Amino acid sequence: METYTAMRAFADSWGLLYMVLIFLGICVFAFRPGSKKIYDEQARIPLNEETLNND
Amino acid sequence: MDPISTIAAAAAALLAIILALYSSAQAHDTVFAVHMMIFAIAGGLTLFYLVRNCSFKKAKADGPQMYDDSIVRYGVIATLFWGIIGFAVGVLIASQLAFPALNFDLPWTNFGRLRPLHTSAVIFAFGGNALIATSFYVVQRTCRTPLAFGGLAWFVFWGYQLFIVLAATGYVLGSTQAKEYAEPEWHVDLWLTVVWVAYLIVFFFTLLRRKEPHIYVANWFYLAFIVTVAMLHVVNGLAVPVSFFSSHSYAAFSGVQSALVQWWYGHNAVGFFLTAGFLGMMYYFVPKQANRPVYSYRLSIIHFWAVIFLYIWAGPHHLHYTALPDWAQTLGMVFSIMLWMPSWGGMINGLMTLSGAWDKLRTDPILRMMVASIAFYGMATFEGPLMSIKAVNSLSHYTDWTIGHVHSGALGWNALVSFGALYFLVPKLWGRKELYSLRLVNWHFWTAMMGIVIYASSMWVSGIMQGLMWREYNNEGFLVYSFAETVVRMHPFYVIRALGGLMFLIGGVIMVYNVWRTIRGEAKVDQPVSQVITVGA
Amino acid sequence: MKHSTIEKNGSILLVLSLLVVTIGGIVEIAPLFYLENTIEKVKGMRPYSPLELMGQNIYKREGCNLCHSQMIRPFKDEVERYGHYSLAAESMYDHPFVWGSKRTGPDLARVGGRYSDEWQREHLIAPRNLVPESVMPGYPFLMQPLKVHDIKAHLIANKTLGVPYTKEQIDNAAVDLVSQANPDSDGAEDVEARYPKALVRDFDGKPETLTEMDALIAYLQVLGTLVDFSTYDAKANLR
Repeated sequence: METYTAMRAFADSWGLLYMVLIFLGICVFAFRPGSKKIYDEQARIPLNEETLNND
Repeated sequence: MDPISTIAAAAAALLAIILALYSSAQAHDTVFAVHMMIFAIAGGLTLFYLVRNCSFKKAKADGPQMYDDSIVRYGVIATLFWGIIGFAVGVLIASQLAFPALNFDLPWTNFGRLRPLHTSAVIFAFGGNALIATSFYVVQRTCRTPLAFGGLAWFVFWGYQLFIVLAATGYVLGSTQAKEYAEPEWHVDLWLTVVWVAYLIVFFFTLLRRKEPHIYVANWFYLAFIVTVAMLHVVNGLAVPVSFFSSHSYAAFSGVQSALVQWWYGHNAVGFFLTAGFLGMMYYFVPKQANRPVYSYRLSIIHFWAVIFLYIWAGPHHLHYTALPDWAQTLGMVFSIMLWMPSWGGMINGLMTLSGAWDKLRTDPILRMMVASIAFYGMATFEGPLMSIKAVNSLSHYTDWTIGHVHSGALGWNALVSFGALYFLVPKLWGRKELYSLRLVNWHFWTAMMGIVIYASSMWVSGIMQGLMWREYNNEGFLVYSFAETVVRMHPFYVIRALGGLMFLIGGVIMVYNVWRTIRGEAKVDQPVSQVITVGA
Repeated sequence: MKHSTIEKNGSILLVLSLLVVTIGGIVEIAPLFYLENTIEKVKGMRPYSPLELMGQNIYKREGCNLCHSQMIRPFKDEVERYGHYSLAAESMYDHPFVWGSKRTGPDLARVGGRYSDEWQREHLIAPRNLVPESVMPGYPFLMQPLKVHDIKAHLIANKTLGVPYTKEQIDNAAVDLVSQANPDSDGAEDVEARYPKALVRDFDGKPETLTEMDALIAYLQVLGTLVDFSTYDAKANLR
């Protein structure tokens, strides 16, 4: 049981904190200032011209 | 292909034929003998093709570069072909549950052998071909480059069809590892591994040689799908064959460990094969058909990381209240519930792509199909977390509710979004101005829709009813129903379910007809769909 | 590292995705192999006899596990209907597990000894003759001879994976396979000695041939009968 309790305590504290931080990190990256312009560009990738040789 | 790779490929094929023939002769059982013979035939066909198309002339001078669309055309046809087979077998086994005489009591036609045939045909043959075809199309367009290793891409396509044939013949002949959605035996698993790694190589190197600075988000989903499925397949497939000439193997893990590994695999077959891959489809084809960029690209990034991170944990919810330790069950439940949020983020992102263009839904049945699929994605990803709650699961587990849930996801989300993507692709790939008939698309949409609703609702009712009957006590404290008594009560719902499935199959046949006429270059002069709708309403 | 770098660099995207999806699997699955309380300590579990093992293979071949579970959950109604809830130890020699996920038919975790061999045989051949409500397919073809290329290889494969077959059990596998379905044979007593609680009977009513029916019924009749629940301490095994 002891291994289990120790792992459980770790998961409830540090594990949880780690995951929250990762999630916040992703959000911060996605919403970082200046990202809007880049993302708007990327979002239009599929709508750009289809043929290979006209660029 | 250049002469050197042609010779190398031919040598490999020849070697494969010799090995396969030898193994077939040495085989310890029928399945292995048959499968090795199929391998040998496939090798022979490859060799024949290579020799016939062998040319020692100098490669053509650099003409204009072209997208590799031929393989996508093949993929579209394979998708439809296996789709119809998968749906038809589904209707058959649904009818077997309603009318057991349809089992014919023959080894090759019994429910137990045909059920994996159905699930594999729809998930891996229909869904898999849709994913391979669309991923090859999308990665080329969004990277503005032809496929890397075009010859290897053809190996992926034909190798995957060979995998399907091996798996299907194996099931009918009674070869199975008895792991749901991972039934093929070790030798077929090995073959799929080779094909899948080739798929990863083609896709990944196409990404690397792109001319766009950025990797469009649809490709992220496709890439995560390919690489994760590789990992899942290899780990869950670990097994020790009885002999190298036997089709039988014993899985590496046993009991509770094998259960968790299997459902870690099984749920992520849903999460990565049926979700991440198809989300890649959504993120490309919905913006294309609506002719608008995706609603929020930022949201799509959060959607991606959250979905791939959370999904991988959700497997244990298939094992609630079993002999799996409680902590693992709880972990599975918590992550499944958390999955609801990113899933709905993705749904909102897909739906809102149409914001400002909702009127297109009235005139464009293809777009309507895509939007309906996103709505079903939303429903299924709400129902899933709900059913992963242990209290709910105690009722729903082991019943038809699960079957209903799976089908609202598989028919509603996966099949509809694939149909939409295919309807978009067919005129483009075959150089037609438009589809043969949009009215038929409309007919397909409504038959499929009715079919899904009938299917899912009948399974809800029968599932919840049976779950409640199993646990019903009378005043004296005795169980009210014997098991057999609950089976009788399922009959009407099994009949209704089979009819729902039949409607979905009919929708598929309508599609095949429409696509066939489109490929032949015909166009029907329809009444505009908008008018049809107004008249109907 | 900027996110834009990830967006631009396929290799980083590939590695990060793979990393993200591996974490969950490792954290969840790895402990099951190390935590001692994953599998209860119980008395009575033993590897399957050769005939039972072949029976389980037929069970899997025909997809029985697609309609019958072998996992009784700890609910009052299930325990009353099917017997003591299933323990992890009871499937520890199943490569892979056959817990199932759907009950189109009833749970079979403790079906052993509930019905006679004759009932099982007749029911497998034509289910609706005995249970009119049943939707189960018939399996008349199981009366064909049991074909096993090399039974020893099956036991050895299991042993490779950790199933504790002894050298004696492996060496005698071929004899045991036949003897278990033939109580008059010389090897009959040895089967019972090598595999405690093994049932040595002519399961299919056809003493002259060893059929697939023999194997399947031998397997069904042993299901759930091995663990000695008089010595099982539920509290000590709380998880």
